[in-house]
Amino acid sequence: MIGKETTAGRATKFTFLGLWLLFSVFPLYWIAVTSLKAPGDIFSFPIAYWPERFSLENYRGLFGKADFGTYLVNSLVVATVAGAVATAISTLSAYVLARFEFRTKSALLMAALVTQMIPSFIALGPLYLLMTDLRLVDNRLGLVLVYIAVCVPFCTVMLRGFFENVPDALEEAAMIDGLSRFGALVRVLLPVMRPGIVAAFIFNFVNCWNELFLSVTLMNSDGTKTVPTALNGFISSFNIDWGSMSAAAVLTIAPTMILFAFASRHIVQGLTSGAVKG
Amino acid sequence: MPAASTGSPATAPLKSSAPPSGSGGAPRRPGAAGGRRRREFTTRRGLIVAAFMAPAAVFVAIFTYYPMIAGSQMAFRNWNLSDLTDTSWVGLKNFRDVFTDPAWGTVAGNTLLWVAGSIVPQLVIGFAIALWLRRRFRFRGLYQALIFFPWAISGFLIGILFRWLFNSEFGVVNDVLQRTGLIDEPIAWLADPRTAMVSVLIANVWYGVTFFAIMILAALQSVPDELYEAAALDGAGKARTLFQVTIPYIRTTLALTVLLRVIWIFNFPDLIFGMTGGGPNDETHIVTTWMIKITQQGDYGKASALGLLVVAVLLVFAVFFLLATRERQATGGRGAGRRGAGERGVWA
Repeated sequence: MIGKETTAGRATKFTFLGLWLLFSVFPLYWIAVTSLKAPGDIFSFPIAYWPERFSLENYRGLFGKADFGTYLVNSLVVATVAGAVATAISTLSAYVLARFEFRTKSALLMAALVTQMIPSFIALGPLYLLMTDLRLVDNRLGLVLVYIAVCVPFCTVMLRGFFENVPDALEEAAMIDGLSRFGALVRVLLPVMRPGIVAAFIFNFVNCWNELFLSVTLMNSDGTKTVPTALNGFISSFNIDWGSMSAAAVLTIAPTMILFAFASRHIVQGLTSGAVKG
Repeated sequence: MPAASTGSPATAPLKSSAPPSGSGGAPRRPGAAGGRRRREFTTRRGLIVAAFMAPAAVFVAIFTYYPMIAGSQMAFRNWNLSDLTDTSWVGLKNFRDVFTDPAWGTVAGNTLLWVAGSIVPQLVIGFAIALWLRRRFRFRGLYQALIFFPWAISGFLIGILFRWLFNSEFGVVNDVLQRTGLIDEPIAWLADPRTAMVSVLIANVWYGVTFFAIMILAALQSVPDELYEAAALDGAGKARTLFQVTIPYIRTTLALTVLLRVIWIFNFPDLIFGMTGGGPNDETHIVTTWMIKITQQGDYGKASALGLLVVAVLLVFAVFFLLATRERQATGGRGAGRRGAGERGVWA
């Protein structure tokens, strides 16, 4: 395939890959370990890479004092609904962009690209006023609507790539067999596309779950805050409580990592195609 | 499934490369189709396009484009929370305020450093990882999944994570460096502007390498083995094969990935916001974090002017982006044989 590997080459390769793996994983390990230390041990010296005693004190504090459970539920609801609706909407537009030629197509793609260049801060003021008029400030529905708009452009482009990996002949054959265009889309194309659609949903979910600035602007009250907004509250105080912060970080990262563990396979699979090529 | 009988009226072409006003239809379209029939077909096709595009267009128009355009015009108005009675048109005053601000030089320099200092290591390390992952080995899938994890974390949280690692008293970075004898005294990483900038760059490289690795790996798998066999027959060494076979073949993917990442990194305040908040003394601000600070001070006019500058700079990159894409279409593109997804433009 790509020439023979020498022993020295293999050694270099695996040393490098190993070091990178360590570098990738260590920060996550470290935040998890910090979160499991008793509050007093976090600032002990020398630093303990493996704590002598484990404690759930930091986690208890989050749910006692800070009502972190509500934030988690808010984030979960908003990210799930927005992610699902955005994926559905994007599937439609991606299908059209992959399978049809029309005059405004390149303009639409350009419009999608421009959304990636806009610093969200330029839109925050007017968006806040708009949401005030719609009475959707401090309302989870309001955040869902905004997040859908945030997700749709990239998700459309991503799904378009997946659609283009499926040969046209698949639908043509289905249509010759008597299915309508819509029937062919629903009964033949979408099942084949499932890994791509799942990957797109997870991507959207993670993006909404992680979004900070829009949520900080639109969700002020304690009952509607999302997780990133709460974390932002933790660091605006002068001294960071690293115990609570680490525990909150673990609770924020864990769900997205679990989802990405599944999605990464789909995304890589989709990119490297093969799997969906009939 | 039965073989497609070409020319059957049911074989409505799924795609046509001709403009909609033209005779729309794939080559196998029966030549006998009359004008009326053709127009009906075009109308129906137009309806499908419109109906399927509508939901996406409506959401993006209302919640992205409307606020963006409304926000842009603030750049030309006096729009300050300290005095909202006067929101008159002030022309280019806000832009002048940006360029005459003493922090502007630092911010502009930091932004360039932030983009270049993130992109280059991400690309080089990502490329190396992709090359090494190309050959199968045990646990390769697990390895990929593990190094993919940073991508699942928000930039803001990555900032917090690395703020803890680079903590001057209880941070792991100082501890490791002291234990290995590389430094004698703990370094106050985030308190000194120069080391603070290095620290945020390290955090961003940690975050972004995987994306390059995945994109490049995908592209590498589209390179035909015959090319490598031919190169080997010619006696080309590793380096020559890399520069004369691999890189030229995946050049489009490389260009597109780099440009897309430039746009994202340029416009990515989250990590710095979480890690240093722009400090110490505003020394690690990039354009977008500075924009946050100005917004928090209430000067929406000046912040919007800054935002428009960002969009303008990024549009220049987009032009390069589209040119790179056009080149791809000229040298093959669709229909000229199937190519790997990595060889396909992401946006066009």
